[in-house]
Amino acid sequence: MAPATALSPASVADLIDAMAAARRGGHALAISGGGSKAGIGRLAPGAVLLDMSAFTGIIDYDPVELVLTVGAGTQLADVEALVAAEDQMLAFDPFDHGPIFGEVGGRATIGGVVAAGVAGSRRVSAGSARDHLLGFRAVSGAGEALLAGARVVKNVTGYDLPKLGAGSWGRLFAMTELTLKVLPRPPVRATRAIAGLDAQQAIRAMAAAMGSQAEVVAAAHISAQLRGGAALTAVQVCGFGPAVEAKAAILDCVLAAHGRVMALEESEAIGLWDDLRTLAPLNSGQPLWRVHVPPSRGAAVVSNLHPHGAHWLFDWAGGLVWLTFDGDPDLVRAAAARAGGHASLVRGPAALREKVPAFDPPLPGVAALEERVRRAFDPSGVFETGRFGDRA
Amino acid sequence: MSLVMPEPYAGVLARRSEIVRALRAIVPGEGVIDDPDALRAYESDGLTAYRQPPMVAVLPETTDQVAAILRWCHAQGVRVVPRGAGTSLSGGALPLVDAVLVGMARFNRMLDIDYADRLAVVQPGVTNLAVTRAVEDRGFYYAPDPSSQIACTIGGNVAENSGGVHCLKYGLTTNNVLGVEIVLMDGEIIRLGGRQLDSAGLDLLGVVVGSEGLLGIVTEVTVRILPKPEGARALLIGFPSVESGGQCVADVIAAGIIPAGMEMMDRLAIHAAEAFVEVGYPLDVEALLIVELDGVTAECDHLTGEVAAIARANGATTLRLSADEAERVAFWAGRKAAFPAVGRVSPDYYCMDGTIPRRRLPEVLERMRELSEQYGLGLANVFHAGDGNLHPLILYDANVPGELDRAEAFGADILRLCVAVGGVLTGEHGVGVEKRDLMPEMFSETDLRQQQGLKCAFDPKSLLNPGKVFPMLHRCAELGRMHVHRGATPFPDLPRF
Ligand SMILES: Cc1cc2nc3c(=O)[nH]c(=O)nc-3n(C[C@H](O)[C@H](O)[C@H](O)COP(=O)(O)OP(=O)(O)OC[C@H]3O[C@@H](n4cnc5c(N)ncnc54)[C@H](O)[C@@H]3O)c2cc1C
Ligand SMILES: Cc1cc2nc3c(=O)[nH]c(=O)nc-3n(C[C@H](O)[C@H](O)[C@H](O)COP(=O)(O)OP(=O)(O)OC[C@H]3O[C@@H](n4cnc5c(N)ncnc54)[C@H](O)[C@@H]3O)c2cc1C
Repeated sequence: MAPATALSPASVADLIDAMAAARRGGHALAISGGGSKAGIGRLAPGAVLLDMSAFTGIIDYDPVELVLTVGAGTQLADVEALVAAEDQMLAFDPFDHGPIFGEVGGRATIGGVVAAGVAGSRRVSAGSARDHLLGFRAVSGAGEALLAGARVVKNVTGYDLPKLGAGSWGRLFAMTELTLKVLPRPPVRATRAIAGLDAQQAIRAMAAAMGSQAEVVAAAHISAQLRGGAALTAVQVCGFGPAVEAKAAILDCVLAAHGRVMALEESEAIGLWDDLRTLAPLNSGQPLWRVHVPPSRGAAVVSNLHPHGAHWLFDWAGGLVWLTFDGDPDLVRAAAARAGGHASLVRGPAALREKVPAFDPPLPGVAALEERVRRAFDPSGVFETGRFGDRA
Repeated sequence: MSLVMPEPYAGVLARRSEIVRALRAIVPGEGVIDDPDALRAYESDGLTAYRQPPMVAVLPETTDQVAAILRWCHAQGVRVVPRGAGTSLSGGALPLVDAVLVGMARFNRMLDIDYADRLAVVQPGVTNLAVTRAVEDRGFYYAPDPSSQIACTIGGNVAENSGGVHCLKYGLTTNNVLGVEIVLMDGEIIRLGGRQLDSAGLDLLGVVVGSEGLLGIVTEVTVRILPKPEGARALLIGFPSVESGGQCVADVIAAGIIPAGMEMMDRLAIHAAEAFVEVGYPLDVEALLIVELDGVTAECDHLTGEVAAIARANGATTLRLSADEAERVAFWAGRKAAFPAVGRVSPDYYCMDGTIPRRRLPEVLERMRELSEQYGLGLANVFHAGDGNLHPLILYDANVPGELDRAEAFGADILRLCVAVGGVLTGEHGVGVEKRDLMPEMFSETDLRQQQGLKCAFDPKSLLNPGKVFPMLHRCAELGRMHVHRGATPFPDLPRF
């Protein structure tokens, strides 16, 4: 459902005008970074696209302060190249979802990945966008310019609004400028793997690695059915050269009880962790779900859905289950709930997205509170595009 | 003192005995305290310059009791102040004359420890250190480690988003909390987050952490626990100038090293600490840096070598590497005792907590020296050098008329300076009442109004911990448009101050 029109604000004043016009006109505004959003949820008829791509550029970057301020419309790839040139990284491992939707990559913006709360495999060790967003500037749905957080790594002055900004999905304010924490990029990485484990065995092996002194940064498992052969359970460590060898040696020890431990060649390891970002093994085009559960419950989720034809892999040591599943969406949501978590519909045909909300509806008390929080920043509901099952 | 607190509700003060009776009906036995002498135990927190006994204190033991207390107070328009261990350094737990103080000390049980999922579910009155104590025999620990960790509670840590010397590498409380159960002011019990990473909706957990008891009373907390690193070694490095110490910090980070802890002390703090604990700190240096590296042994060895080389290149005059665990602990002993140590050389001290971009350190120190002369008060400096979080300690004597006022004015100038160079008013101690009136230094009126809008979403009658964080609380209705959505009526008019 393409929106009727699009706006391309070039300044904060333009944004304030856009909010005012939306309030007057009674139409919704769909904030768009890379605009790769055709896939998510459903859009209210008449919603106007608010294109943030003019808010682009590096505003301040001081590697030694570990702080980077960028325009929210800056492309993720540009930000990553900038920090990589200083041997730094966005530790939360954000990634471009383009390939997951069968599109070319490169369109994702830093504002989009932060607003979508995107985090990659290193989420288990380094945290998510929420943990790295230090501050931002934005214009609220009320049409007011807003400054939140700050440009230093340690700050508790006032409410932690950056936490709300990360994962806000364009529902509270349009962010124009973001300040992110950056970290040194570890010079060396190593991956240890075990082949042939089933879901429950994999969960146990990953838990053992996570609970060891190897300082594991990522742990994932790709099921046998997706590898056309033996399942692969992989654990990554990183750091300075001598340390990485020592950490890998700890893994060799800890994992030995779970199977034959292999040291993956660098190219193989890179391919594996890339597969986890692009979800190449799950590119069947079937509806794609993202299930968040306590790590020990990942196996319970797949044992419920596997018999119904789900294909799956684990990231975050089992705490994130990606699955493709053509069957009844309620089965996925029920399995997630039984395991103490929740499920998001990431990809699916329009007809499905019309019926099934992208996110698990919150319990009534939390839903009412969320609604009040949204009203605090967006009193007249200009960001209520209907995309998330909220009123359209 | 010039602290202006919200005007007491006269009607509430007049109904004190009725309020006590109502609370007794909810929390039987010793759980309601109305004796004026006994109430004095709650009259202040770690910011002892401000004192005010509460109208009444209540010590609930269950979430249902907390909910009943808040529901009743909400219905009756009675203010509430939550309290953990009372170690806040910003007056966050300071009572109000017309408020019920809700003490969470009886919420002191560990509810669950789950090693497979690497988490612990604890009640908010459990102390910070108790979490580590409960899991350390299995090789785990809870990473945030405020210096007050023997006493302060997890509930207080959540409210203040507390840090510690290890937070550069391991994060603040917010990065280590997975979920909470919280009771809103109207008595509604909700859960935010859980045992998994990330929740489905807005990150309300993220705003509850660090909300200084203004959004709800936390009744249960799920924290992450981490495997204890294989080892840790510390370097004790002396520099002939604070500038060279600061440059060393910058160079360590530029080399891609994030130490577990990186702390700096200036001359006065070094001398006070050494006189107090006698751990062998060098006395002929202007700045002392403690750099701790943790992780696998090979990493500690490698990185201590790198840091030592960087320190030498920056003109370090003394350099010691801890040979064993006892020596590592000794290096820290002086730093950890720095506050009480300064307390021995001055009748009173006032601890500040601004953060600055590290590159501005030399000019900030220089300007603080000038201010110290201008106000005629001594200053000792202790800082979390890795993240630019300063703890200047202003030395004064409360018995000398005017010195406390001067110390506060000096402190306010330091915080203004932090903001002026691109930093913030508080890195980990919170705004509370202490920095409340300085908030406009950092935020515009619009910014503050939007933050208060968030407050109104949680507590529309502004009954929870009023007078804290925000300089002037608008009535929620005054924030205007915010609750008027498609013709829905705003909540009724409320008393204002
Ligand atoms: C449930 C789910 C569904 C997903 N569906 C898709 C999909 O269909 N296509 C896809 O490519 N990726 C999808 N992703 C991944 C994620 O949305 C993208 O990685 C990321 O958003 C890409 O950035 P973008 O610039 O393209 O953002 P956009 O796709 O333009 O926007 C992403 C979200 O962030 C908001 N937003 C963007 N910029 C700002 C800003 N400056 N201020 C405030 N809010 C802003 C938007 O309103 C939108 O809600 C999905 C992720 C999840 C968890
Ligand atoms: C010697 C000393 C050293 C310190 N060192 C550090 C340090 O290194 N790092 C650091 O960050 N801080 C430090 N502090 C400050 C203080 O210890 C922390 O802010 C601590 O988190 C406060 O915990 P508490 O239990 O004492 O809370 P209190 O002081 O009782 O309360 C603090 C705030 O939390 C609220 N609150 C308490 N419990 C709850 C609850 N269950 N639900 C909702 N709100 C609640 C109160 O209303 C108040 O606003 C230090 C303090 C002292 C005295």
